[in-house]
Amino acid sequence: MKKLKYALFTGCTAKQSTPEQMMSTMAVAEKLGIELIELTEASCCGASHLQDYDDFLSLVLNARNIAYAEKHGLTMVTICNTCQLNTAMTKHRLDNNAELKAKVNEKLAEVGLEYKGTSDVTHFLYAIIDDIGLDKIKEMVVTPLSQFNIAPFYGCHNIRPSELQNETHKSPESAYRPTSLDDLIIACGGKNVDYEEKNKCCGFHVELQAPHTAAVLTGNAIAGAMDGNADWMVTPCPLCHLKLDTQTAHASEAIGREVELPVLHMQQMVGLALGCSPAELGLNHHLAKVNFV
Amino acid sequence: MSTEHKITTQQVNFKVFRFNADEDYLPYYEDYSMEVTSEEVVLDILNRIKWDHDGSFSYRRSCRHGICGACAIKVNGRSTLACKESMNDMVDLFGSELTIEPLSIKRVVKDMIIDKGDFWEKHEAVQPYLVADIDENPETENLVSPEDADALDDADLCIQCGACHYACPAVAINEEFFGPAAFAAAYRFSADVRDNSEERLKTVNEMGQGVWDCVKCFECAEVCPKEINPIGKITKLHQMAFQEGIAENNVAVRHAVGFKKSIEKRGVLDEGGLVLYSEGPSIVKHIPVALRMFTKGKIAMPWAIPTSDNMDEIKKLVESSSTAKF
Repeated sequence: MKKLKYALFTGCTAKQSTPEQMMSTMAVAEKLGIELIELTEASCCGASHLQDYDDFLSLVLNARNIAYAEKHGLTMVTICNTCQLNTAMTKHRLDNNAELKAKVNEKLAEVGLEYKGTSDVTHFLYAIIDDIGLDKIKEMVVTPLSQFNIAPFYGCHNIRPSELQNETHKSPESAYRPTSLDDLIIACGGKNVDYEEKNKCCGFHVELQAPHTAAVLTGNAIAGAMDGNADWMVTPCPLCHLKLDTQTAHASEAIGREVELPVLHMQQMVGLALGCSPAELGLNHHLAKVNFV
Repeated sequence: MSTEHKITTQQVNFKVFRFNADEDYLPYYEDYSMEVTSEEVVLDILNRIKWDHDGSFSYRRSCRHGICGACAIKVNGRSTLACKESMNDMVDLFGSELTIEPLSIKRVVKDMIIDKGDFWEKHEAVQPYLVADIDENPETENLVSPEDADALDDADLCIQCGACHYACPAVAINEEFFGPAAFAAAYRFSADVRDNSEERLKTVNEMGQGVWDCVKCFECAEVCPKEINPIGKITKLHQMAFQEGIAENNVAVRHAVGFKKSIEKRGVLDEGGLVLYSEGPSIVKHIPVALRMFTKGKIAMPWAIPTSDNMDEIKKLVESSSTAKF
């Protein structure tokens, strides 16, 4: 099998508040024989907030990030749902609007770059599912997670808007019955927990301006997983992870119930199943204690 | 050329929400099992429940053509315009066990009928009409160019069905929040070149009720039966607030502006710096969580915050491509 190679857009969080996500991404990539070329020139995607302030600037910056992946001739792989959305949305808009693409390229030309539209953009979750395949993952599992009930938490920006996601991923999934993360849990030998909140919002993006709304959404998500008898949660989004892992005190207060569960990054779950050590996966970085390894 | 169209049938089990505010203390669910044909839409099922099973079953319907917006309900938790949604698609999406509920259980009056008072109050609050000084004897027609009409971005196709409003998680938690349908209406008129309202944008720019409390989950875009993409309009209202110079110096606005400042300085985000810029002195409320994060290595120290390579490019692009000021 030809070695898979991607241009890695880390986003900002993996280098700061979720260092374990970066560690586990690299550990899992090595296990799976994936080569990741980190786009060290990349800037922040705007995280859906810069877009509220300056849409054109966010387009130029995201186009610049993709242009670097194009320079490598590689598919860009993201490890954050919001990076995925903003980058894929930029690509969609530029690939479908020649005038806008020309305006953006006029700016990029000032720094000797060009957005061509030749690189795909996908999330690491979908790279694993589409390019490695669940059967292969299943074959590679050395420590099946069979004793665990695992609650998938998809995060909004990987599954909505489905029109964009369906054109981006080779294996389209429903925004209402997403399956990718459930399938990956099963491939890792775990038991997937089905619960109503698994495809709902965690509230991350209004943490500062609407803290009560954010806390209720976080609380409901963890409570749903707990009621589903989950031992832990897993998410492909570091922003969801931060909300679910670090904001449990506010969430508990907001919904009037103590809620807390370990919340693993998708890469950490796969890494555990593939035999990576807890240290390699950075499991000591969580606030909600990961006490099962 | 003729294309053969074969009608298929399948057995579907429905769990249907029932409640009559005049008689029932608590809601309950009634089970119905039916042979459903591939030709039917969800509204056909509501009709069959009423006509074939229980004449007291109540729901709203009118045009049957996806225009009046009356028949929006939820199927397996998904907001759905009953007269537009095919049963085949619902079964493909959710399987043959379907739960039919009103758009909002907490606002139910009878079965599928809800009190949409909150929806209409919020709709009214955003001035959903053109505010313009009209010359009653104009010398020429008041023309709108195709480009100016395009700028409305289909916002005027909204049928006020409420599907997005009652799917919005922020509306469900924050009773003040106007919600995506009201924002789409606000955009419809604020983007109209003939409109002179000075109030509308100020109203939707307020914290709590306004656009800053949108959680950015895209549920509204997902459920809209007219594909209006309300969150796209919310983003444009954010941008308008900056363009019109009415964005107030508050935590939400600084949070958006802070991204540019951080990118200009480091390329990547300085997460701690962004929170400090957004919150100002109020950042102290985050200290307990920040301390716990620090002990777990989840906070990068100021000297360890990364910087993108080729910062000269990023700085140059930020300078030359910025279109907004604050």
